[in-house]
Amino acid sequence: MRFVVLVKQVPDTTEVEVDEETGTIIREGVPSTLNAFDEFALNVAVDIKEQKEEEVEIVALSMGPPQAEEALNKCLAIGADRAILLTDRAFAGADTWATAVTLSRALKKIGNVDLIFAGQEASDGNTAQVGPEVAAHRGLPQLTYVSEIEKLDPGEGNIVCKKETDEGHVRIKSDIPVVLACMPDPGFEPKIPNVREIMKAKKKPKEQWGIEDLGGKEDDFGLEGSESVVIETYSPPPKGEGIKIEEEPEKSVDELLKFLDEEGIL
Amino acid sequence: MIEIDSELCTGCGRCVKVCPVDVLEIKERKAVLTGDCISCGVCVSSCPEDVIEPVIQTAEVEDLSQYNGVWVFAEQQKGELKPTGPQLLGKGRELADELGEELCAVLIGNDIKDLSEELGSYGAEKIYVLDDDIFENYSTEAYTTALTSLISEYKPNILLYGATHLGRDLAPSVAGRMGLGLTADCTDLNIEEVEGRKMLLQTRPAFGGNVMADIVCPNSRPQMATVRPHVMSPMEPDKDHEFEVIEENVKVKEEAISTKVIEVLEPEGKAEIPIEEADVVVCGGRGVGTSEEDFELLREIADLLDGTVGCSRPIVEEDVMPKSRQVGQSGKTISPKLYIVCGVSGAIQHKVGIKDSDYIIGVNKDPDAPIFDVADFGIVGDLFEVLPLLIEKLKRIKEN
Repeated sequence: MRFVVLVKQVPDTTEVEVDEETGTIIREGVPSTLNAFDEFALNVAVDIKEQKEEEVEIVALSMGPPQAEEALNKCLAIGADRAILLTDRAFAGADTWATAVTLSRALKKIGNVDLIFAGQEASDGNTAQVGPEVAAHRGLPQLTYVSEIEKLDPGEGNIVCKKETDEGHVRIKSDIPVVLACMPDPGFEPKIPNVREIMKAKKKPKEQWGIEDLGGKEDDFGLEGSESVVIETYSPPPKGEGIKIEEEPEKSVDELLKFLDEEGIL
Repeated sequence: MIEIDSELCTGCGRCVKVCPVDVLEIKERKAVLTGDCISCGVCVSSCPEDVIEPVIQTAEVEDLSQYNGVWVFAEQQKGELKPTGPQLLGKGRELADELGEELCAVLIGNDIKDLSEELGSYGAEKIYVLDDDIFENYSTEAYTTALTSLISEYKPNILLYGATHLGRDLAPSVAGRMGLGLTADCTDLNIEEVEGRKMLLQTRPAFGGNVMADIVCPNSRPQMATVRPHVMSPMEPDKDHEFEVIEENVKVKEEAISTKVIEVLEPEGKAEIPIEEADVVVCGGRGVGTSEEDFELLREIADLLDGTVGCSRPIVEEDVMPKSRQVGQSGKTISPKLYIVCGVSGAIQHKVGIKDSDYIIGVNKDPDAPIFDVADFGIVGDLFEVLPLLIEKLKRIKEN
């Protein structure tokens, strides 16, 4: 079987700032990391691989600048068997749709994929759209907010997962191949690769694919291929300084009720 | 649209069986498209040979003017309307007036026609209803097919969804099938003239709320966005508001659905309001304690304010409350009118999840707790002294 895990390298913080002059996000000096939900998705994939007797290949697939290789190195250390980085000037500035198109083409080229894993969302854009859009583009079913895979039955061609809904959790069965957008339950501890695994990862195959590998016209990709366009980014309006009081409880509560009353909340 | 590789097609006919609009036929042992494809993608996923490819057609700018109307996907669960529908209709009214277009709602489910009345009273002029057994429980494929079919037929200009789990599952599926732009988790929507055309300006936070972005979709229609629950306000319901119900019939076939819920886990015993829907959320963290009794004080305040109780991540880890009650980046991002947070220090992941609340009230022993950086009103003190007093005084106010 073959699993592909879609991963993204993200800034290692949400405390980013906007350059007020250019309106772009300041990325300089901000360290990068593997998106946490993607790391969870990869951990889920590795767990299943370890449980299955049959041969499973895990491919970590990412789109990004050449530096995104670091995130893929981490994936290889955690347990991916090979890594592919989609990197090309033409891919830059992609919205979720153009990203999904690029990833879908790569998935087609990889071929014979049984499960596609993704993080539920990335910590930078927080859109949660790329997984479902890949599913739609590849004509595959999708399960979002997946927290656990309970059973994978390749013979029957289906999978049973636990997923979060607006009301709670459900156990859900899907035909495979399927796209699984994963989000951990609290308490999840990611696997920390040991030195031996990190060394072994260095020998695992890594590839970079550009536009000529995926085929298609330049305007299918990146900013040109995007349907949504960011016209401005800016810092959110600063919140006014709040009130903080350190008094006897009685006084504090009275002040609070006065505040709530004045603001018309009660 | 789709493209069938007729060389590799085996003529098995599975796509013909699943097509909801019956535009596929087998001719000379090959599948062929014989009518208007609605781009639902059902045949693509049904094909065992993987020889059907979706083809996305990008519209020419001049074609975009045929798209008309502001639509709201009105989510329902077991025959009850979710609050996002009326909220989006409130905002939708403004947008529709600005554009001089109609405001419409889409209602999908089983035995849900009666809900049209409610949607009508909240301002919908037309309500498209898809009422069928197949829509009883939500499935991405059935609902996507329903919506792509309606979009292909009626060509709305704007389509809004609530950014609930369901909305964030459905909207990108529709966008992906039809090659549409989609903006997630918007906190504001406006009509603005961009390049001489009136467009939907979609404002959303990114990087956990540290950056705001204004986004437009210049070349695809409908312009689609998911909108954070609670950010928009519904209009006062008007029972006399006139509306038209349009019953639609999209036959989604059982065979076309690849996913099936086999069990609903941990059904929330009491019908508690989900934290993302409540006007008032009282949230507790490690400082409150790690047993259910410890949360009684918070519950009492929530009841007095017609709100509900949430918690921080450690409380879920200790199994005191279910994951659905967890506030914060790894739980739920909420924006209630009033957020009272007790015994939570306020890690960045927590603050990110509550940023858009109208009022944040923090109670914490530690005067340097980061929660005070975002609190509109902070009380430095022992919550076990403060909360009982607050309960007592709230009761007195309520009695008067």
